[in-house]
Amino acid sequence: MSEVSALEHKQSKWSMVGKDAYAMPLEDIDLSHPGIWQANEYLPFLERLRKEDPIHFCKESAVGSYWSVMKYNDIIEVDTNPDIYSSEPSIGIVDTFYDLNLPSFIAMDRPKHDDQRRIVQPVVAPANLKNLEVLIRERVCKILASLPIKEEFDWVQLVSIELTTQMLATLFDFPFEDRYKLTYWSDMTTAISGGGVEQSREERLAAIEECLAYFTRLWNERVNAKPGFDLVSMLAHGKATRNMPPDEFLGNLILLIVGGNDTTRNSISGGVVALNENPTEYDKLRNDVSLIPNMVSEIIRWQTPLAYMRRTVIQDTELGGKKIKAGDKVIMWYVSGNRDEEVIERPNDFWIDRPNARHHLSFGFGIHRCMGNRLAEMQLRVLWEEIMQRFQFVEIVGEPQRVYSSFIKGYTRLPVVLHPKD
Amino acid sequence: MVDIVFIEHDGAEQKVEARSGSTVMLAAVTNGVPGIDADCGGSCSCATCHVFVHEDWIEKVGEMNPTEEAMLSLNPDRKTNSRLSCQIPVSEELNGLIVTTPEFQF
Repeated sequence: MSEVSALEHKQSKWSMVGKDAYAMPLEDIDLSHPGIWQANEYLPFLERLRKEDPIHFCKESAVGSYWSVMKYNDIIEVDTNPDIYSSEPSIGIVDTFYDLNLPSFIAMDRPKHDDQRRIVQPVVAPANLKNLEVLIRERVCKILASLPIKEEFDWVQLVSIELTTQMLATLFDFPFEDRYKLTYWSDMTTAISGGGVEQSREERLAAIEECLAYFTRLWNERVNAKPGFDLVSMLAHGKATRNMPPDEFLGNLILLIVGGNDTTRNSISGGVVALNENPTEYDKLRNDVSLIPNMVSEIIRWQTPLAYMRRTVIQDTELGGKKIKAGDKVIMWYVSGNRDEEVIERPNDFWIDRPNARHHLSFGFGIHRCMGNRLAEMQLRVLWEEIMQRFQFVEIVGEPQRVYSSFIKGYTRLPVVLHPKD
Repeated sequence: MVDIVFIEHDGAEQKVEARSGSTVMLAAVTNGVPGIDADCGGSCSCATCHVFVHEDWIEKVGEMNPTEEAMLSLNPDRKTNSRLSCQIPVSEELNGLIVTTPEFQF
């Protein structure tokens, strides 16, 4: 998004930037507008709704009316009742979130969701990840070795995006010199108004056609070669997947690309932000790197890289005493459930040895639970193991810039200086 | 108290005592049995407390409900004796139950 249009959005009548969460009428609170997310002013709004109106109806917003589900246990209830709370037509607050008619099981109900997910699930299974860890570690090391020392650079560009892109290329065994295409295709597919990238439908369609052509070529090469550990080869040789129609192949590939792109990228940046804001936790980590696996779960909770998932009610129901009608949109604010004081101890604290750190909502629950959760955890673990080998301090030296989106919760810029270990 | 035996994928064995009315998942987690994550805390919604029930015990642990079936059916490592341990209530009848934990939870 250009600077000018971002400014226009900020001045939109829907923006709540600069407003006091506790001074406005409850019914006027609208979490869907990206302003407070980019400005990092969302926490008081979440807190007030959790306390005063945990199943909140927003009657009017730029994206229409919708319900907000704010508390941990209510979110689990919605997430685990897919026969009432449908994932169709979209898991984004805007109906046209995925409007290109690519079948992607994240926005499907049973039984189709289950059939398609079953096909792709084995490619990110932990047993397969073991084979990839060595290569991912090599690439992590190479990137970390190439970073400027004791001079300012943007962690988002040189580490978070670069690593995520390289990891995607590794997973797909995608031609390395073309790896930026993966990120581009991902951005094109997820683009929503205000999602960080703006372009025409034509441009998006062209990108998706290019993506399909590229992957079809890779598929044809690999189906005739020895089976490998990359995702394309696994799909091409898998009994259940080798006869997949092209649109399903593409839909599922894109879901894997998108699923692993922004989420991991922003968790990589988020960890640096969290440790800088909590120097005693950073010291704990320096003294005991065996805390890394637990810290990874805590980073994923603290950051909550996807702020919400949307469902649509398909039969009249009741939730927390509120009557919700068929057709209503329901937003599960994972980012709020992850700060629910009734379920999570000291929820606003970043606490790397938090007991039960794995009990968080960031991956969702139920049949749509994040399929790449183990991959994400492995990537973050390897990265932090290697960072701690090399650097005493990844120091943030300027204000982090945040994504203009109420869905993708992340960073566009994070100026840092690296201090190597003695 | 009810005895439950957990066998890890590499064969390591651990016997724990569980209270009637608890669940096999809680028995594992409170006794530090490795290989059970139970990310959702027992609400049958993450499938990270997957176990394989020893054939002698399959009938005694009872039937699955549709939610458990739905969660398990997405797991590529699922076998005919797969169960989610949070959905197996501990009772005197299960004294001596043997379950194996998988190498990986999804």
